[in-house]
Amino acid sequence: MSTENTETFAFTAENQEAAKAILAKYPEGREASATMPLLTLAQRQNDNWLPRAAMDVVADMVGLPSIRVYEVATFYTMYNLEPVGKNYVQVCTNISCLIKGADDVFKVCKNKLGIENGETTEDGQFTLLEVECLGACVNAPMMQINDDYYEDLDPASTEKILDALARGETPKAGPQGDRVGCQPAGGLTTLLGEG
Amino acid sequence: MPKLTIDGKEIEVDAGMTVLQACEQAGAEVPRFCYHERLPLSGNCRMCLVEMERAPKPVASCCMPVGDGMVIHTNTEKVKKMREAVMEFLLINHPLDCPICDQGGECDLQDQAMAYGAGMSRFVESKRAVPDKDFSPLIRGVMTRCIHCTRCVRFANEICGTSELGGVFRGEHLEIGTYVDKAISSELSGNMIDLCPVGALTSAPYAYKARPWELSKTESVDVLDAVGCNIRVDARGDAVMRIVPRLNEDVNEEWLGDKSRFACDGLNRQRLDQPYVKKGGKLQPATWDEAFAAIKAKADGLDGSKIAALAGDTVDVEAMTALKDLLNALGSKNMDCRQESSTVDPNVRASYIFNTTIAGIEQADALLIVGSNPRIEAPVLNARIRKRYLMGGFKVGVVGPNTELTYKAEHYGDDPAMLRDIASGAHAFGKILQNAENPMIIVGAGALMRSDGAAILAACKTIADATGMIKDGWNGFNVLQTAASRVGGLDIGFAPTDGGLDTAGILDACGDGKVELLYLLAADGMEAAKLSDTFIVYQGHHGDSGAHLADVILPGAAYTEKNGTYVNTEGRVQQGHLAVFPPGEAKEDWAVIRALSGVLGKTLPYDTLAQVRARMAEINPVFATVNEIQPADWQDFGPSTVGGGDIQSKPLKSHIRNYYMTDPISRASETMAACTAEFSGEAERTGTDG
Repeated sequence: MSTENTETFAFTAENQEAAKAILAKYPEGREASATMPLLTLAQRQNDNWLPRAAMDVVADMVGLPSIRVYEVATFYTMYNLEPVGKNYVQVCTNISCLIKGADDVFKVCKNKLGIENGETTEDGQFTLLEVECLGACVNAPMMQINDDYYEDLDPASTEKILDALARGETPKAGPQGDRVGCQPAGGLTTLLGEG
Repeated sequence: MPKLTIDGKEIEVDAGMTVLQACEQAGAEVPRFCYHERLPLSGNCRMCLVEMERAPKPVASCCMPVGDGMVIHTNTEKVKKMREAVMEFLLINHPLDCPICDQGGECDLQDQAMAYGAGMSRFVESKRAVPDKDFSPLIRGVMTRCIHCTRCVRFANEICGTSELGGVFRGEHLEIGTYVDKAISSELSGNMIDLCPVGALTSAPYAYKARPWELSKTESVDVLDAVGCNIRVDARGDAVMRIVPRLNEDVNEEWLGDKSRFACDGLNRQRLDQPYVKKGGKLQPATWDEAFAAIKAKADGLDGSKIAALAGDTVDVEAMTALKDLLNALGSKNMDCRQESSTVDPNVRASYIFNTTIAGIEQADALLIVGSNPRIEAPVLNARIRKRYLMGGFKVGVVGPNTELTYKAEHYGDDPAMLRDIASGAHAFGKILQNAENPMIIVGAGALMRSDGAAILAACKTIADATGMIKDGWNGFNVLQTAASRVGGLDIGFAPTDGGLDTAGILDACGDGKVELLYLLAADGMEAAKLSDTFIVYQGHHGDSGAHLADVILPGAAYTEKNGTYVNTEGRVQQGHLAVFPPGEAKEDWAVIRALSGVLGKTLPYDTLAQVRARMAEINPVFATVNEIQPADWQDFGPSTVGGGDIQSKPLKSHIRNYYMTDPISRASETMAACTAEFSGEAERTGTDG
């Protein structure tokens, strides 16, 4: 948590327009409803974290006292209140992923990046976080890196993804095995033919 | 009206009430933490669970509206178990530090755990701890004790109108706080201490000072502003330990401003506890006889016209009555209680009181504020304006200082010339007032203290007459006084009559040598230069600026040390009571004047408090009815009665710059000094003249 207001924040011209579009979705007098999308917009502009200055800017835009926006931003875990690495790695360790080997995936991440849960690498490239269910149980185990889901992981594919990211590449998102989407793991069993 | 059965008792209540309120009406006690009559509902403590027939689960009675035919049980075995369970949850993270907690002995959680708890805990895990928060010089935040009832958050939001508190983070990490490092700045913040049902928010100046059962409690009236908040003075031995509000729906509801609550440490500092007489240019301790002899030596043979008196801001009516009678007996008409030279008309009561009344604000639908900042001049009255504002359909316009009020107000600049336009209807707000059902105007003391005060008063009267503020059952003309003694002084006629001199006249006459003996009854803040060679008697309780000018000092009693009558800005006569005795040789003020009158050979005809009060009622019948308001007749006042003059285009200002220091008591208070340092700008820190 960073409550010191050392940062400054202002929406870029492009995001100003986007913010206007968001505000326009809500009827007059209900601008407060735009708090969460505006915070998201601010976080995306600001390297995936929300400084206090950004919350103040949003509070002004929606006409709320700052504390009301702080309450929202501190309540939801998807708003980051501290700077995070360029690649924000969230590994699911809930029941389905756990059964399918999430512990190993998480261990690989820790060893590979040399950090513990909740920490950021010294070069600022990676932040690692253990999270609750992200709703992709059918492709367990999985992790989310920034906006992308990486699914059907095992230690080897996890390592590959992290290596690629470290090199600055963007590895292919989605299932890392050979199935498409969430089709059955061993190939299709129904709806095989045209008839 | 819905009928429901509560614990087998049929009761009919108003529609829209909650089950909890209905239970109270039926005489069934329902424990609660988060529910408070004056705050919005939140329903998060769950302590008020009751059993409702045909409902699958227990219901939170504070949030459940009554319905016809409901059957409620509050005393079944099931309810008892539910309360025990809720209590157990509330106590999971609550520390067992009652022996060192200031709330101990007056703690809702402690009391209700005794009454409704299971008596034991099954919790063996470690308790969570929350870092203490530094909220302000007035509030100690021991947040580990917090049970998250959010009363303080709702109070800051609704009543104070300064949204600074909130619940941040979530689940087990939820904390009540400001999130950012800042102090709670509201002038009403002390009320959160009363509202907090546990020891999370306690009074910082009172920390570890006393236990509630050691205190003797005296019901009294506050004098640090003109609202006349009802207070309870808690004392131990000869020291006032704390001051808390007491309920009065018509005046302060249950709130109290921070100055009135926390300035009480000033009562024990810089006190005048014995008479002094100036000998060889220096004030020397003296006996009462020596002090009286010194006054007699000066007063003997002095023509009445050369004697004058001024009364200060916190003086009781009894003392002013005695001094007025003494001056009259000495042949002087030079007296004024309007120390700040306000231009109200002493002969027309409606010209100097808050005619609408404080409770009456709730009936208004448009308000014009002239030269006043009610937020610091009368924080509790300001809370009433905010209450009205939150009901909706209330327009507020301000001609005067552009300050941050706690409600939405249109600011029309600070040029008093605007008042003419408003009166004529040429100005937009004039039309709003005309169209309003119950329009009202608040004229600040600051606007009337100016040299063109009479013209401003007249302009405000014209607005009142022109926009229909005066009609049957409604008087929208209000002067917001800031001194507790002002209305009482004017009511008793402590003002110049028949060519007597007013404050400005007296001070000028002192400079010219036309007045040789000036009696300052706790009147401070005079310019020393003007009073050059005048013989000054200062009767008061603090060694403030007035005492420094004095040739003779007579030690008097502060408001907690005497039985005194005060009239608040509405014209409500209220009586304060003695909580502790005056220090040292200090005496009750009217008695000092009565004793002096004997020495001067003009013995006043009263020996007891009852006789003084009978004399007060004889002068003005309003003093015969205590606690009730006698509406004032609307009569002509203004240039015709107080002298004309034109409005000058100086900006209108509030005359209070620093809320925390306005009188000898708050100026002597360390707590108020800490608040001044915290909340006021650097420039105002040294101000000793309010």
